[in-house]
Amino acid sequence: MKFSEAWLREWVNPAIDRDALFAQLTMAGLEVEGAEPVAGAFAGVVVGEVLSVRRHPDAEKLSVCEVTDGAERFQVVCGAPNVRDGMRTAFARVGALLPGDLKIRKAKLRGVESHGMLCSAAELGLGDDHDGIMDLGDGAATGADLREALALDDVIAELNITPNRGDCLSLRGLAREVGVLNDLAVREPEDVAVAPAIDDAFPVVLTAPEGCPRYLGRVVRGIDITRPSPAWLVEKLRRCGLRSIDPVVDVTNYVMLELGQPMHAFDLARLRGRIDVRQARSGETLTLLDGQSVNLHESSLLITDDDGPVAMAGVMGGERSGVQDDTRDVFLECAFFAPLAVAGTARRYGLHTDASQRYERGVDHALQHRAMERATRLLLDIVGGAAGPVCESVAPEHLPPAVTVRLRERRLRALLGVEIDPADVDQALLRLHFRLVERVETGDDGVCWTIESPSHRFDIEREVDLVEEVCRIYGYNRVTPRRPVTGLALREVPRTETPEPTLKRRLAALGWQEAVTYSFVDPRLVDLLDPGADPLRLANPMSLEQAVMRTNLLPGLVGALRANLARQQERVRLFEVGLCFHPGAELTQTAWVGGVCCGSRLPVNWAQPGEPADFFDVKGVVEQLVEAGGPRRIEYQATVDPVLHPGQAATLLIDGETAGRLGRLHPEIEARMEITKPVYLFEIKAEMLLRQALRRHRGISRFPSVRRDLALVVGLDVPAGAVESVVRETLGDILVDFRLFDVYQGKGIDSNEKSLAVGLTLQDASATLTDDQIGRYTQRVVTALQEAVGARLR
Amino acid sequence: MSAELDQTLAQLEREAHSALEAAADERALDEVRVRFLGKKGALTAQLKSLGQLDAADRPAAGARINTVKERLQDALNERKAALSSAQLSAALAAERVDVTLPGRRQSGGGLHPVTQAMLRIEEIFAGAGYSVVTGPEVEDDYHNFEALNIPAHHPARAMHDTFYFADGSLLRTHTSPSQVHVMERQQPPIRVICPGRVYRRDSDLTHSPMFQQVEGLVIDRGISFADLKGTVIEFLQRFFEKDLDVRFRPSYFPFTEPSAEVDVQCVHCLGSGCRVCSQTGWLEVMGCGLVHPNVLEMSGIDSETYSGFAFGMGGDRLAMLLYAVDDLRLFYDNDLRFLRQFN
Repeated sequence: MKFSEAWLREWVNPAIDRDALFAQLTMAGLEVEGAEPVAGAFAGVVVGEVLSVRRHPDAEKLSVCEVTDGAERFQVVCGAPNVRDGMRTAFARVGALLPGDLKIRKAKLRGVESHGMLCSAAELGLGDDHDGIMDLGDGAATGADLREALALDDVIAELNITPNRGDCLSLRGLAREVGVLNDLAVREPEDVAVAPAIDDAFPVVLTAPEGCPRYLGRVVRGIDITRPSPAWLVEKLRRCGLRSIDPVVDVTNYVMLELGQPMHAFDLARLRGRIDVRQARSGETLTLLDGQSVNLHESSLLITDDDGPVAMAGVMGGERSGVQDDTRDVFLECAFFAPLAVAGTARRYGLHTDASQRYERGVDHALQHRAMERATRLLLDIVGGAAGPVCESVAPEHLPPAVTVRLRERRLRALLGVEIDPADVDQALLRLHFRLVERVETGDDGVCWTIESPSHRFDIEREVDLVEEVCRIYGYNRVTPRRPVTGLALREVPRTETPEPTLKRRLAALGWQEAVTYSFVDPRLVDLLDPGADPLRLANPMSLEQAVMRTNLLPGLVGALRANLARQQERVRLFEVGLCFHPGAELTQTAWVGGVCCGSRLPVNWAQPGEPADFFDVKGVVEQLVEAGGPRRIEYQATVDPVLHPGQAATLLIDGETAGRLGRLHPEIEARMEITKPVYLFEIKAEMLLRQALRRHRGISRFPSVRRDLALVVGLDVPAGAVESVVRETLGDILVDFRLFDVYQGKGIDSNEKSLAVGLTLQDASATLTDDQIGRYTQRVVTALQEAVGARLR
Repeated sequence: MSAELDQTLAQLEREAHSALEAAADERALDEVRVRFLGKKGALTAQLKSLGQLDAADRPAAGARINTVKERLQDALNERKAALSSAQLSAALAAERVDVTLPGRRQSGGGLHPVTQAMLRIEEIFAGAGYSVVTGPEVEDDYHNFEALNIPAHHPARAMHDTFYFADGSLLRTHTSPSQVHVMERQQPPIRVICPGRVYRRDSDLTHSPMFQQVEGLVIDRGISFADLKGTVIEFLQRFFEKDLDVRFRPSYFPFTEPSAEVDVQCVHCLGSGCRVCSQTGWLEVMGCGLVHPNVLEMSGIDSETYSGFAFGMGGDRLAMLLYAVDDLRLFYDNDLRFLRQFN
């Protein structure tokens, strides 16, 4: 909410300067987010009176005016169309300084001398009205300094009001709060009832009293809507961030700003039959004041007449019944709408207006009469007319009941952790306008206050609400900080789990850089990088690029890789740990670890010539991550995966369970994404890497180990993993190390075969192996390999 | 006779020494050894000729020959050691490397700066016995709002621009639902830290639709606002490693009462006013408060017996302050040139 400091000080004027006042509000929970001067920086501008106006001899659009500053007369050339005899306006004399460091000098305009300048509001930084020079009205004293005459040493402050403090969305509410904080009385404007001059009334029924427990209506006939709003009114609105529309709207807005009561004015001639405040009916529509037409939902609270909806209650009026240029008679509405009735409506239609903002936070339900009288008085003063009686429709049983809350001294002390003197509590409650119902002293609880909250507070429901209020007045910053005292529980450290940060640090140590990419991604990327997936769709995404929840980490990671290549990063190794989302009978949200890699195997330097990374670089990383989980059965199987290169794709199995995949990104996808270098990637369920197998000491053999190397020839399509499996199964525990140290194809080997060189290290736990035994083991392996994979010795 | 022998021996010794001097490598040295000390060497020949002497003269002559032989052997050894030492030096000199050349290595990786800041937060609290819990990011309305005292039409929902799914589930707008999950399955005492990704429909210079939060929750008997203040102030001072002023402003969160916004003295200008703190000298860093009794009760915790506090802060915001990052969007660009600065 925006408000004018000067206006606030009309209500309550503590003897502290602007900065202190704003700091005080901020520290009371009404955060002043900023303040801007109400006018530009200017000096030497006075209220000038135009004595005469004549046409410029050589310029159609210019006038030559005689202007006085009360002491002297000046000839001033003016281009404004609205300049007229007798007008009081802003007069910048020669020597005046206008915003933008513009110095006013004597000048000649088309041959006529001009001693000064008549100014528009925009030229003085007073809003954006530059249609003509300022019309200050007859009240302004000729010759007075304009800054003083218009109280321009004021600021428009921007307040951030939390949803619980709807009572501060008005000058009155704000003044009340400042009064509380400074222990000062607030000067309320005089409350004058306007006696009815006519008997006219317009009938009102409340069909939905739970949404509208109180509705005041008043007919005002014979207004002259062509009269302009007075300058003071326009200026007050401006200093609270509102534009002047017409005198009727200006008056209702003014009352809203001043008292916090939103109002609405209908054109009486455009209302039919009677007003009925009711829920919308299915199929009804309403064209709002701003021209948009909405289909009404049945839960919406409406103001209707016999022809249908005329306003969305507490949110916005309708076009059909609105005040227009030819309006003569108006029907003023001043109601109390229940917060929930308005909040639902405003949210449903996305219509957050000044009125709905106040109603949904709670308007003082005892305020309607006062606001109606205030508005009537202002309206009659500006546009004339005759007011009828105030007609009230009320359903008292639906008005918010007064809330009675108890505050116990013991509880207050326990929750705040400070010793507050009960006398300070008395003071705080009193200043906050809480009505004391009872104050008793009990043994256990100390003083017990029972209070009734005032009608403007909607946020007092429980004891803790009073604890906060007392603390706010006492001062949050007076509470002495302390360390909580609690039992010292020791942490459980499960050996079967690795903390996620350890996994990330491991990857970082292996040379990978952590990325954090958005969890919502472009569905087109999902189509490409997880074909056939049916991702979870956001109902209200911010953009198409962020419309679905990722089903794997690739859209983010490959996207980040591509962006980095575009930034001339030749070598990229990025990983991410995060949830992926799979809709199904029940949505699963599972953490995955993924990585993408592109560019040279090692950073290029004199010793590392920069061979490109390949499948086995990414596999090496996966092996290290997986093996960190302890001794488990780990398998890599060639696989067919639509996003991976058909010849360079593997599934990772841990203890027989599919844990992830690795391989080269399918070259077609690389091409589609305009990546010109091979990309290698892995994706593994985080849980499989965080799971730890328990380690147990197996003893170290005292006997020597022996190594036997075998040169095997197998079919080209026999996986090395199969050879290793056969060897391990055949030898069992006697095999302490298996090393595949050469793979050879080419000269000397049939073109559909390959040679594998394997080193077997054998060791027995209880004896030295004899040559004989070694020979038998080796022979057993050779035989098994021959049977299983058709291997022969080279 | 003995004078003759002495002369011969002296002559031989002179010859041997010049031969040793001239020997440039081990092979030459060995030739010298063979020539003088070998089976057919000159000194061996002298020993062999002892038989021609008188028996009485033999011992003395033999001793003299042996003395010369020993001296020669010592000189030979000395020369041999000198030669091999020079050889080693030459070999080592040939193996000299340029120690300023870069090493052979994998590249250095690293953690994302926000991860680092979040881990720092977790570590600080872990020291006081807080455990880390995480939760789902797609949440139901109940855990994200209802259970936190934010019913359907509550105006506070407007503060959370929420991403929804067709079935009414949503992306959590804060990490507070994790607190609800904890309270649902555990009775006090509770001391947890809940880090994670959160989502709001908001994107501009200072907002990212996805960002990261850390929340803390403590519930026990006798937990007060003073405890909350003590914890928050100590945390901020530990985190920034500076004795910063901290102030608490009344604010509003439906799930805490009393509620406060926490401002810390600007970590850059230390309060004198700069661009980072918009000249105010203060930085808004977290929201906190005593857990609202409605929230405790909804999760089955007796609000008369127990009280608690909760606080929540932006991991991104704290990382920005810790590393002097001036644009939030850098965190989600994943530009290696940016990320590597924090390795």
